[in-house]
Amino acid sequence: MTLGSIDAWWWPYLFILLAGCATTYPWRALGVYLGGRIRDDAEILVLVRAVATALVAAVIGNLVCFPSGPAADTTVTLRVAAVAAGFAVYFFSGRKVLTGIIVAEAGFVIGFYLGI
Amino acid sequence: MPDNSVLPDPDFADRRHWFLTGAGNVISIPALILFTAHIGFAGLAREAGMTMGPAVFMVLAIWALPGMVVLLGAVMSGAGIIAVAFAVALSSVRLTPMVVALVPELRGPRTSRLTLYLLAHFIAVTSWVIALQTVRHVPRDLRTSYYFGLGSSLMLGNMVVVWLFYLVAEDLPPVVAAGLFLLTPMYFLTSLWGAGRERAAHIAMVLGLVLGPVLHIFAPGLDLLGAGLIGGGLAYTAHLFERRKR
Repeated sequence: MTLGSIDAWWWPYLFILLAGCATTYPWRALGVYLGGRIRDDAEILVLVRAVATALVAAVIGNLVCFPSGPAADTTVTLRVAAVAAGFAVYFFSGRKVLTGIIVAEAGFVIGFYLGI
Repeated sequence: MPDNSVLPDPDFADRRHWFLTGAGNVISIPALILFTAHIGFAGLAREAGMTMGPAVFMVLAIWALPGMVVLLGAVMSGAGIIAVAFAVALSSVRLTPMVVALVPELRGPRTSRLTLYLLAHFIAVTSWVIALQTVRHVPRDLRTSYYFGLGSSLMLGNMVVVWLFYLVAEDLPPVVAAGLFLLTPMYFLTSLWGAGRERAAHIAMVLGLVLGPVLHIFAPGLDLLGAGLIGGGLAYTAHLFERRKR
């Protein structure tokens, strides 16, 4: 069964509930269950935060290296260089998120038109 | 409404005040960047053959951009519902440690389990990062109201964004569409670094950035989970060594 296999208005919604919601919310509920047993200064949370941070960082790395849609037509060199430049500016400008993002986007557009 | 009216103390005015303070984050740079990331999602949903109603519904039902993008990617590759579900489930495992880390901070002495289970649906990267940075400045027994305002306003705002931009997504020039896509990783990168409290979080972040793409090549499907466990585990080991030295 795929998204296109039932031609009814409710099928995409049911498809999203089954394939998207029922596969996402239980992980959050599990987190509440486990988190309810832990004090907020517990040492184990350093490990938990580290694992969660590494997971999200992996999402970032994959988005930059293996994007979908129109970004997939740009080079990985350009994407990595733009993101690295933006992060460097964020880091050395006293953690200004917006400044870092603007530099990354400007570098990306300039590089795009230079054919990198 | 999880608990805005059932608990006699603190009173409703306090709860409403902190609910609105939380909702105020919808006008902030992180929220703005999340909106632009959802503009990219609207375009992708259209490419995947998702009509507008279901595309908006995805924001409400899933509320995790990586999972939403994985669902569309799997649909586009012609996968059946079981395969799509499995891919989304794998990409959403990362939510568990995020919720575990946030729940002890949200919970007050009288917070009901039901409230936490309802609020958990709003936990995704943006609201998680904002909450880790700001929730310590909110009175402990009003943190659930604050987070309810923060999470629900972000979700509603992004549903509106997907609805609006679903219609115009096709008309964007390629460089603009690609540039919008880059906003998501840039935002995650800077805000996650800012939310890191101890050095272990920063080490974990650098390791995850490298391990994610590397594992994606050698063990696709296990890339996110593997990078999280290996990167997080190594970062924690470094944290233990550092503490022993002191």
